[in-house]
Amino acid sequence: MMILSGDPPRSHVLTLLLVLIILALAATPFLFPGAKALNVAAKICVFAALVASYDLLLGYTGSVSFAHTMFYGIGSYAIAIALYGMGPNWGAVVTGIVVGLPLAALLALAIGLFSLRVAAIFFAMITLAVASAFQVLASQLSWLTGGEDGRSFQLPELLRPGTVLISRNVLGFEVNGRILTYYLVFAVSALMILALLRVVNSPFGRVLQAIRENRFRAEALGFRTVFHLTYANCLAALVAAGAGILNALWLRYAGPDTSLSFSIMLDILLMVVIGGMGTIYGAIIGATIFILAQNYLQSLMGVASKAASEAGLPLLPGLLHPDRWLLWLGLLFIASVYFFPTGVVGRLRNGGGDKSAKTSH
Amino acid sequence: MTELAATDPLPKPKRDIAPILLPIAVALVMIPLIGSPSTWLTLTAASLAMGMMIFIMASGLTLVFGLMDVLNFGHGAFIAVGAYVATLVLAPFAASLQADSLWMNLAALAPAALLSMAVSGALGLVVERVLILPVYGQHLKQILMTTGGLIVAEQTLYAVWGPQIIPTPLPTSLRGSFILGDVAIAKYRVLAMLIGLAVFIAIQIVLNRTKLGLLIRAGVENREMVEALGYRIRRLFLGVFMTGSALAGLGGVMWALYREQVHASMSDDLTVLIFIVVIIGGLGSIGGCFIGAILVAMIANYGGFLVPKLALVSNILLMVAILMWRPRGLYAVTSR
Repeated sequence: MMILSGDPPRSHVLTLLLVLIILALAATPFLFPGAKALNVAAKICVFAALVASYDLLLGYTGSVSFAHTMFYGIGSYAIAIALYGMGPNWGAVVTGIVVGLPLAALLALAIGLFSLRVAAIFFAMITLAVASAFQVLASQLSWLTGGEDGRSFQLPELLRPGTVLISRNVLGFEVNGRILTYYLVFAVSALMILALLRVVNSPFGRVLQAIRENRFRAEALGFRTVFHLTYANCLAALVAAGAGILNALWLRYAGPDTSLSFSIMLDILLMVVIGGMGTIYGAIIGATIFILAQNYLQSLMGVASKAASEAGLPLLPGLLHPDRWLLWLGLLFIASVYFFPTGVVGRLRNGGGDKSAKTSH
Repeated sequence: MTELAATDPLPKPKRDIAPILLPIAVALVMIPLIGSPSTWLTLTAASLAMGMMIFIMASGLTLVFGLMDVLNFGHGAFIAVGAYVATLVLAPFAASLQADSLWMNLAALAPAALLSMAVSGALGLVVERVLILPVYGQHLKQILMTTGGLIVAEQTLYAVWGPQIIPTPLPTSLRGSFILGDVAIAKYRVLAMLIGLAVFIAIQIVLNRTKLGLLIRAGVENREMVEALGYRIRRLFLGVFMTGSALAGLGGVMWALYREQVHASMSDDLTVLIFIVVIIGGLGSIGGCFIGAILVAMIANYGGFLVPKLALVSNILLMVAILMWRPRGLYAVTSR
């Protein structure tokens, strides 16, 4: 209970799902051998943390930010540039963290103070504009960021796949630097999610919820809403940058497509909404469902598209083409905002045995 | 308080001209920075043309927000749809587009523009009924729903037309420039300016001289009061939404010809520009939107000439500067 900050999943099915996901993630290197499974698992960890930090903004304060990938990108680029410039040593890792995290927090502070000073309704638009400007900036400062190609770098000795920590003879399988990196990603993501759970269940988190429900009333109660919103913004940016650092460490690469693009922002939005806004747990569920679907359903779409084109159907091959995967996600997104705005977690929490909630739609 | 006699005219609201002077001031400041007067004239004409096109696209968005408090993040979809629909008409008319006669060219362009506006407007009707009607009054859900709509629209365009870029060459008689001394002004930009001005004047006349416009302006200022007087503001809003979508479609056609290409993601960059314009102008204000569009285009053109690397960032700086001066945009129309 302590570790969950007194905010348990509150649903048997949800608890079961979460335990299953976490156990599967923890045991991935041993249960599912192969590079693809490990990549998918690492991506789920990183995105669960990233989406949870977005949930702090969207679900708990009710403000839509389109700049979340910018903070994610700042984390990615900070560590990538540090390791690229200073060589593969731990000093560079520390430099990347020490530069990246405060930079993200400062930028979030600036955006927060500026856009909260003006009409609150501008927030979503301003973050969108700033994020797109940042994306252009990142691709144009190619001497620093590597432009469209991004930056590939080497990890410190300990984290490289070639480093064998426990040889195959001892346990029956090899534990190498790659697996160590995976557990680093897993552990730090889990810590960040637990920290966010702590934040939203603190008095501060309650004030955020009050602001979400009625900003005017929260202000009338004497809370300085601008302070709270800006603070939440900075916290979310910090965690997003942390997730970016993990992502770059895992990929050994940072570039516009993997860390800054608008499609990642859409992915995050989808994961939050599908999982359930304002729950934090929704982030884990949403990220897992989404990334599994992205990695395994897309190939299914390819098969369906081929079948449709062989059958000579018009339009369908184009609609089912794996590249059109976002089309179906968009439809799913609209449907979930419309039909179950509380997402999977919300449904499981109060929809389990409640027949009336199901038939009302 | 001064005493008013019954015969005195009603006190008029004070005209706020500072925002109008702003683009003029920017243009004048740029003369010494750019140096050559002929380059300056070309750039100014370019920014006016680009500004008019952006204004056409943005005007619907600002009115939709002002009237009904609806934030449409999918506005860019109408632009892309308009541009794609135009290619459908332009392709079979290719022969008359190549003909070296202004009237032949316009006879091909006009149906393309009209069909684009009709299709975008009809799409606006669908979007308003399906996506926006269920979530009236909930900003968060509006943003999510319309963002979802944007994804679906963009992906459908990809699925139907394929991912390749479609070229839309300018008609023969609109290519090239008018040369006045050593100043060159592209012919198409003159046409764009004329259309933009016509749209601006038409909107102003409808808003300020007709009963419909009176109702729209009243609705922007106080929605409940207009409803209380017995007008169906929802229907009025639907009309404004469809008109705004149709204008976005027209803007899409003009932009496609300006860039001479169509791509499903063309709306992405434009959406950001349009948001900046709408924020700068003040949500709900047509005049502010017009000035904002010209300012953004000026920054893009002058900035692109002076410091090419900072084109998009300079727009953000412009937005920051203006919001520092007037936190609710150039003209704050709504009471929200």
